This record gives sequence, structure tokens and C-alpha cells, in this order.
Amino acid sequence: MEQAYAIEMLHITKRFPGIVANDDITLQLKKGEIHALLGENGAGKSTLMSVLFGLYQAEEGVIKKDGKEVNIKDPNDANRLGIGMVHQHFKLVECFSVLDNIILGDEPTDKAGFLKKDEARKKIIELSDKYGLSVDPDAIIEDITVGMQQRTEILKMLYRENEILIFDEPTAVLTPQEIEELIQIMKNLAKEGKSILFISHKLNEIMEAADRCTVLRKGKYIGTVNIKDTNKEELSRMMVGRDVDFVVHKEEAKPGDVILNVEGMTVASKVHHNNAVKNVSFKVHAGEIVCIAGIDGNGQTELVYGITGLEPLKEGKITLGGRDITHASIRDRNTHGMSHIPEDRHKHGLVLDYSLEYNMILQRYFEPQFVSGAGFLKRKNIREYSDKLIEQYDVRSGQGSITTARSMSGGNQQKAIVAREIDKDPELLVAVQPTRGLDVGAIEYIHKQLVAVRDAGHAVLLVSLELDEVMSVSDRILVMYEGEIVGELDPKKTTVEELGLYMAGAKKGAGGNE
Amino acid sequence: MNKEKRSLLKNDGVQSFIASIICILLGLLLGYVVLLFINPAGAGEAITSLVKNFFNYPNTTIALKYFGSTLVKTAPLLMCSLSILFAYKVGLFNIGAAGQYAFGAGIAIYAALAWQLPWWVCLLLAMAAGAVLGTISGILKSYCNVNEVISGIMLNWITLYAMNDLLTNVKESASPYTMHIESVSPQSIMPTLGLDTLFSNNQYVTISIPISIIIAIIVYIVMEKTKFGYELKATGFNKNAAKYCGMAEKRNTILTLLIGGGLAGLGAGLFYLTGFEQWSCGQSAVPAMGFNGIAAAFLGGLNPIGSIFSSYFIQHITVGGAYLDKSMYCTQISDLISSIIIYLCGFVLFMKFVMNNIAAKREEKAKAAAKAAEQEGGNE
Repeated sequence: MEQAYAIEMLHITKRFPGIVANDDITLQLKKGEIHALLGENGAGKSTLMSVLFGLYQAEEGVIKKDGKEVNIKDPNDANRLGIGMVHQHFKLVECFSVLDNIILGDEPTDKAGFLKKDEARKKIIELSDKYGLSVDPDAIIEDITVGMQQRTEILKMLYRENEILIFDEPTAVLTPQEIEELIQIMKNLAKEGKSILFISHKLNEIMEAADRCTVLRKGKYIGTVNIKDTNKEELSRMMVGRDVDFVVHKEEAKPGDVILNVEGMTVASKVHHNNAVKNVSFKVHAGEIVCIAGIDGNGQTELVYGITGLEPLKEGKITLGGRDITHASIRDRNTHGMSHIPEDRHKHGLVLDYSLEYNMILQRYFEPQFVSGAGFLKRKNIREYSDKLIEQYDVRSGQGSITTARSMSGGNQQKAIVAREIDKDPELLVAVQPTRGLDVGAIEYIHKQLVAVRDAGHAVLLVSLELDEVMSVSDRILVMYEGEIVGELDPKKTTVEELGLYMAGAKKGAGGNE
Repeated sequence: MNKEKRSLLKNDGVQSFIASIICILLGLLLGYVVLLFINPAGAGEAITSLVKNFFNYPNTTIALKYFGSTLVKTAPLLMCSLSILFAYKVGLFNIGAAGQYAFGAGIAIYAALAWQLPWWVCLLLAMAAGAVLGTISGILKSYCNVNEVISGIMLNWITLYAMNDLLTNVKESASPYTMHIESVSPQSIMPTLGLDTLFSNNQYVTISIPISIIIAIIVYIVMEKTKFGYELKATGFNKNAAKYCGMAEKRNTILTLLIGGGLAGLGAGLFYLTGFEQWSCGQSAVPAMGFNGIAAAFLGGLNPIGSIFSSYFIQHITVGGAYLDKSMYCTQISDLISSIIIYLCGFVLFMKFVMNNIAAKREEKAKAAAKAAEQEGGNE
């Protein structure tokens, strides 16, 4: 019984021009187990899964299903072998019902081509009851919570009778309570004989949910361990290759004058008809890190757009250091004390086709030190300035200042943005998910920088979805739910559970979300 | 030595050049195949006479004269390709260059024939006309979110018929063509500054040619060396990042199309004010110059300096098409062949992509082989 593997990937090697994404990786998934795949960004997790799904062909190695060698050429082959996946970003049709989404692509029809929805509904309700998924098949996707949407994705796999279920970073979008539920569901599925591959870089969840764990680092296979024989520290050492300091070291905050004052701010949403930010007021003082916590999509993005000027306010007033900037232009805010580390470094933060040095001056290329009176760029000064930032903030790249931003790793791209924004010596630093998608080492570094900005007497507004980050970095937590600030918490006095209740809207009494 | 060779191949400029040459050769090959299908007997001769263009004349004096004529037609094409290229770098596709060219042509001719203004005023008016048209597209794009391709194409047709109508006032009574500028208003013809004597007294060789080359160099400098170019290219590469760092992206969009339009309009002035050709008030197609500008821009590797050569090449082929043997091929065939070649010229970026892929794969293989050899050596 012990030796019964549902799927085996043996000695997989996959190369891309200039990089070996998977170097002799072996992954063996037992029947009925939850197997975690752990690794930092760029460790080769996605590539390995793409090989399993037939999106890429491995140069070396074999894939075995139930002990028999199989050839997976495209995703259809993977489906036929009973391999299903819940993607990090759900692939659902928003305006369809749960039922329609589940049968999409595998619609049961009678001979004349009419849909047999009743039959499908029966099957879905049966499955839902069996695994404790509690999903209403007739609800419309856009009306239900993210957790329910995820369960719809799970039902999609079950409906297709997949035996091997892959979860790609499934907890990123969930509240702590929903994460608990998900782990319970995964355990139920495993008990019923499904084999689960759980991709994550969150050690707590892996410790709680998984039976075994395979660790990858920089495209290489590091090892497979039994979860009951290991601990968080060992796993993180395997993942990063060195000991990691999980604690952010900082002194007690000494809040000073009010730097940012937001009063009654309302910002319209581009996605929905309603306002994304509703009548929000708060202050950020010098020398403190205020964190906006909340589940993705509760108005944090729009809140930041409003403060930084990317979107106009519908109502309300913002002052920065006592000056009214409600209607100020973006350039005016950027040059008068505001720095902004944007949520999406590729969309806003960088011009990827520009060199690193050109990106370093993105916020100050118009200053006399970089441009002559006649409008010509002063290349020498630009190079010197860029070299200085690269050195000071340890930004690593292939060719230094002339490296194309696109060719840099995500962590170093982010470091470049952090360098550029912090070097402006801003009164207020708005940092939106500054550690998103970064490896543990880079996260450590960026947290240190945020604390340094605070200790220099500046105000920091941090928007984060990561609970660990919220709890460890901030001096004060504001929780956003459905466009409103529903609570203010002290990270030293609150717990992750309490924070979770606020984030889910349960603690405010409003909304009947489960 | 091997290393040096590889780094040369990795150089962007060298890659563009090689890709352009490959595209040209492919275009010629495809054109040859088409000629083979139509009439295999004369295909070889036809394609060589097309490539030879003015060299078809054994007499150097005459050849030089026709070389001059090709250059005269190169200047406006260069300007159109600069117009396309400039907008393209900012992430805009100025297909309206054709209409801006037509507007510039109409205004230049009208100003010369109806008002008999001096050449430089006509030239400035032509540039202004193109700029106005470009600005319209720019405003529509910035404030009404109308795609510049849609507004450009529509303006192309509106302008064409408006110009046909306007220029009917100054056309010859017996033909659909406008009157000859040199006979009605000699001061509206651009000066030659003696350039004509270099080309066997080809009176149409004027300062238009050096002007267009100088403008190409200016465009290059603005794009690569100035703050203005930095902003425009940033907007083109990533509109969101441009907004994020406070660049006025709406203003930049309008300004870009204004300049693009001005370049195309000026190009028209540089051509029609030589008196080389007259406007046909009955024409029902937008002058091809603006569209050929797209091919010239891409064939030139989207580099203003490269455009100088690619524009010349395209005109060389187009003019050379006239030398096909008319007894074997119908008259349209010359246009067909040159358009096949021009069409292939648009594939430069694709060629570069293919070349990069091949190079990367080879390198990877070489590395893997080296590694394998090393390991084997180690095992022994």
C-alpha cells in the first residue's frame, strides 16, 4: 500500500534559453495523501506543474501514472488521466451560475443537443454533500464569496472525476477562517482517496495540512520530508538555503505630527457600479507604520489610487503635511513629499523595456541634475545616480545600470523601485503589497527598509494582504471591508483570529457572509 | 574570436540590419516566383530589371538623372516613415499618416497655385495641415478614447475627397490634374541650390532631399537624447507607469500625433513643391505614400537613420517596377511585385524574433554540451 503512487514525476529536467528551470526533479505523489510542494518564487514549481499538465515537454525524465509510464502532450491528455487543478486566479465565468461553470466544457446533453442540467445538478449536490463543500449550484459567481468560488473550482474537478487534484497557492485570497475550512476540505478529499498536490510557500499551512512535503530551490530538488518529522525552521532552511529571521526587529514607534489626513474619502470603482471606497477617514503620523489590512478587493487598491492621485476622488479631502492635495496632480504629489511603491510593479512601477538607470530616474528625470536647460538628458549624471542607488540598495542585475528592467528578477525589480521611492526621502511612503511574490530574503530586506523609513521620522502607509506582514511590521492596523474601515487594531494586543473576523466583515455586524 | 562574433550578432542594430536584408531577399524571391507563374520566360530578366532600376540605362548621364528622380520620391516616403515611427515609439499606430500626407499635399498645392505663396510658406502650411489632422486624432484618442487607427482611417478618406474638391479649383481645364506649379508660380518651387547639376540637370532634385535627411537625424536625437523623447518612449512602453510617475500622458498622446501629422504633411510639401508630380483630382485612393511609410519604418528597424535607407530601397523597387517588360507582363504587375516586396519588409520584427530564438537555442545547446563534456571528464 505504501508504494502505491498516484503520479510520479521522475528526474524531470526542463530547460529554457539561459536557465534550467527544473534540474533533475523527482516528485512522487502517493494515493490519498496531501503532498506539499514548497519553494520560493522562481524555484521551478510552476514549470514542474506545467510539465505535468502538458504545457511544456520535459527534455529528460518520465511521468508515471499508477506505475505506468504516460506521455502528456497537452492539457487534454492531463484531463484524461484525471489530473485537475485549482488555479491561483480562478477560471470562472462571472455572470454564469455555479452549475453552468461546473459543466462548462463537459456539458451533459441529450441526443438532440439539449442540456440536461437536472442530472448535472443532482450530481453536483451529491458531490457537494459528500465532501462538505456547501455550494449552492444556482448562485451566480459574481454574487458569492471568494471562498465559495474556490469551492466551485474544486467541484469542477470532482465533477470531472479527477483523481489527482492540484491546488496552486489556494490560500492567497482567503481569510484565516476560510483557510481553516479549505484545509478541512482537503483532508476530507484525501480521506476519500483523492491525491492532493498543494503548492505553497506558507509554512504554517503546510505544517497543518500536508502529510509530506517536497522542497525545490532554484530549479533543483532539495528533498522530500515527512511533515510529522520536521518543523518550520527546517523547511524554511531547505527552501531558502540559510536560516531565516522571521521576526521584524523594531523599536517602539514614536508617532509625531499628522502627515497624511484623509477625510470622508469616496472613490468610485472601475469594476463595479458602486463606490469602492466609501467615506473613509484616517490619519497617518510621522514615525509610524499604519497598515491597511483586508482581503483583496475590498477597496484597498482604490484607496491608494485616491491618495496617490491615480483616480479622482468623488468626495472628501486629503492633506499631506498640512497642504491640501485633494485636487493636486500626480506629479505635484510625487514632488511634494509622497512616494509610492505600487501594487503592481510591472503595470505601474517600471518601464520594463527601459534600462535600469532610466527606471531609477522615473520620478525625477525632469530635475536639473538629470536634464539640461535645452532638454537634453545628462547621461553621465544619470549613470552616476543609478550606480549609487544600485550600490546602496544592493540591486542585483546582469549588467548593472544598462540592464533592461525586464530581464531582472522580481525581487531585484522590487528593490529598484524601493530604492527609487525611498531615495526621494518622502514625508509619506505609500507601500502597496511591497513584498508580493518575493522570496523570504527579499521580504526580510524590504521590511527592514520600511522600518528604517519610519525610524527616520517619516510616515508609512502599508497596504498588505499577508497577515504575517500586517502583524509584524505595522504599528497600527486599519481593517478594510467592502470599502469601509471597519476597525482599528493594535498589533500587539490583537490576534490573527480577531483580525480575520474583521477582515471577513463578521466583527462589524454588517453582511451575512459565512 | 567566436565570442566576439556572437556579441556582434547580439547587437540590436546588427540584428535589425540582417533581418532587413533577409526580408528583402525573401521578398525578391517571392516576387520572382509570382513572375514565374505568370510568364516563366521573362521572370529572371524582369526581376533583375526591377532591381536595377535606373541602371537599366547604359548611359551614365541618363542613369544619374533617373537616380535623382528616385531620390526625389524618397524624401516624402522618408518623412512618412518618420511619422509612423515617431508615433509607434509612443505606442500609437499612425495609419492616418496617409491622410495627413494628402492634407499636406492639398494645402501645399493650393497655396502655391491659388495664392502663389513662396515655397517655404507653402511648406510650413503643409506641415501645419498635417499637424492639424494628427491633432484631431490625438484629441479623439485622449479625451474620447477613440482608437487612433479608426479615426486615422476615416480621416484618410474624408481628407482625400476634401482635397479632390479643393484642388478642382486649380486644375487644368482639359485634364483631371492640377496645373503645373513651375509655370503658374515659380517662387513656390523649392530651390535646387545646385543639386540638380549633380544629377544631370534633373530640375526636380531640390533641397527636399537634404531637408528630409536632416529631419531624420533630428528625430533620432529627440528620441534618444532628450527629456521629451524619454517621456514619449516611456509613455509608449508603459502608459500606466507614465501616469504613475506623473507624466501628462494625454498631452503626450496629442503632441505625438501632432508631430507625426506634421512630419507627414511636411513630406507631402517636400514632394509636390518640386513640381515632380501633379495631383489628380479624380483619384479615388489615398496616396500610397503614407502606407508605404509603415513598411519603410519597419524595414528600417524602427530607427530614424535606418529609415533613410529603407525609404530609398522601397522607392528604388517601386520605381524599378516600371522597367518590367510590358510585352510579357501587364502594367499592374510592377505594382504587384513591388508591393509583395514591401509587404515582406514588414516582417523585420518577426525575423529578429526568429533569429533571437535560434541564437538562444544554439547557445543553450552549446552550454549543455560543454557541461556534459565537463561532467564526463570529471567522472573519468
